[in-house]
Amino acid sequence: MFKKIFIFIVLAGFAAILLNSLSLFNPDQQLNEIATRYADKGPEEVGAANLVTAVIVTYRGLDTLGEVTILFLAASIIGFFLKLKLEDEKVPRKVRKASEILETASKIITPVIFLFGIYVFINGHLTPGGGFQGGAIIASGLVLMLLANPVKKVNHTIISVVESISGFSFVILGIIGIFLAGGFLDNDYFGLGTFGELLSAGAIPVIYIFIGLKVGSELSGIVSNLQETQKEEI
Amino acid sequence: MEQISLAHIAIVTGILIILIGIWGILTQKNIIKIIIGFTLFDTGSHIVMVSLGYVKGKTAPILDKAVELKNAAGEIVDPVPQALVLTAIVIGLGITALMLAYALRLYQRRKTLEINKYNDLKW
Repeated sequence: MFKKIFIFIVLAGFAAILLNSLSLFNPDQQLNEIATRYADKGPEEVGAANLVTAVIVTYRGLDTLGEVTILFLAASIIGFFLKLKLEDEKVPRKVRKASEILETASKIITPVIFLFGIYVFINGHLTPGGGFQGGAIIASGLVLMLLANPVKKVNHTIISVVESISGFSFVILGIIGIFLAGGFLDNDYFGLGTFGELLSAGAIPVIYIFIGLKVGSELSGIVSNLQETQKEEI
Repeated sequence: MEQISLAHIAIVTGILIILIGIWGILTQKNIIKIIIGFTLFDTGSHIVMVSLGYVKGKTAPILDKAVELKNAAGEIVDPVPQALVLTAIVIGLGITALMLAYALRLYQRRKTLEINKYNDLKW
C-alpha cells in the first residue's frame, strides 16, 4: 500500500514537472537562429539536400563519431557479456524448425532488404534516411535470415573486419578533411558537385556508407550474439 | 481553442508515453516489462523533442522541389532536434540491447525473470 502511494507521488511529480513546462511552451513561429544559419548556408557549405544529414555528418560530425563509438562500446560489451564458456559452445542448440512459408519467403525477401538498406544509406544526403537507418535495415534483414534458419552460424570474422575497416575509414576521412578542407570531418574536399544529385555533397555519401556498414555490422553482431547464447527452445 | 496546435498534441502524447514508461519501470515485476518501460520512456522523450522543433505549417528539412532554395529558412522545420533524436534513437537501441543481454544472462543463471527473486542487494 505504502509502495503504491509512493509510486503515485513520483508519477504525479513527473507529471507536474512536464505539464508545467508544457504550459510555458510557446510554439515557434519561425526558425531560431542556429536553424536559420543551417538552412541558409547549408546548401552552399555542405551541399546536402537533407539538412538533417548536413547537421549530423558535417556540422555536428564529431558527435556522430562519439555516437558510433558508444554503439561500438555497447556491441562489444554485449559480445563480452554473452561470451560462451568453451564447454557451453559444444552444447547443441535446441531449436524449433521455422515454417515452410518463412523459410521460402526469407530467401526471396532478405536480399531485397539488404539492397534497400544499401539504397537508404547511399541516398542519405538526398532523402530521409542515412547510415543509421540503413544499418538498422540491414540488421533487420539478418534477423529475418536467423528466424528462418535458427541454427545458422553468422561469421563473426566478417562482421568484425567490416566494422573495424569502416570505423577506421570514418576517422581517416575526418582527418583528410583537416588537410583538404576546413577542418575535422569537413566534407568539401574537391568541390561539392551539383546540388541534389546522387554524387554531391562532397564526402557525405562516402562517410554515410561507412557509418551504414559500421552500424549494420554492429547491430548484426549484437543480434547474432543474442541468438547464439539462446540454448533452449523458445 | 486556437492555442492548441499540432505541436501541443504531440507534446502531450509524448508526455503521456513518458509517464506510462515511468509507471511501468516502477510497478512491473518482470524484467522484460521493465525494459519495455525504459524504451517507452525513451520514445516519449523523442516525440517531445521532435515536436519542440516543429514550426507551424512548415515542411520537412529536405531541400527538394517542395522548398524554394532561396527562402529555405522560411519553409522548413528545425533540423537540429531531428538530428538530436536520430542520435538518441541509436543510443537508445544500444542501451536496450545491453539491458536485454543482461536479462538473458540473469534468466540463464536463475531461471526466473521476477525482479523480486533477485534480492541479493536487498538490505
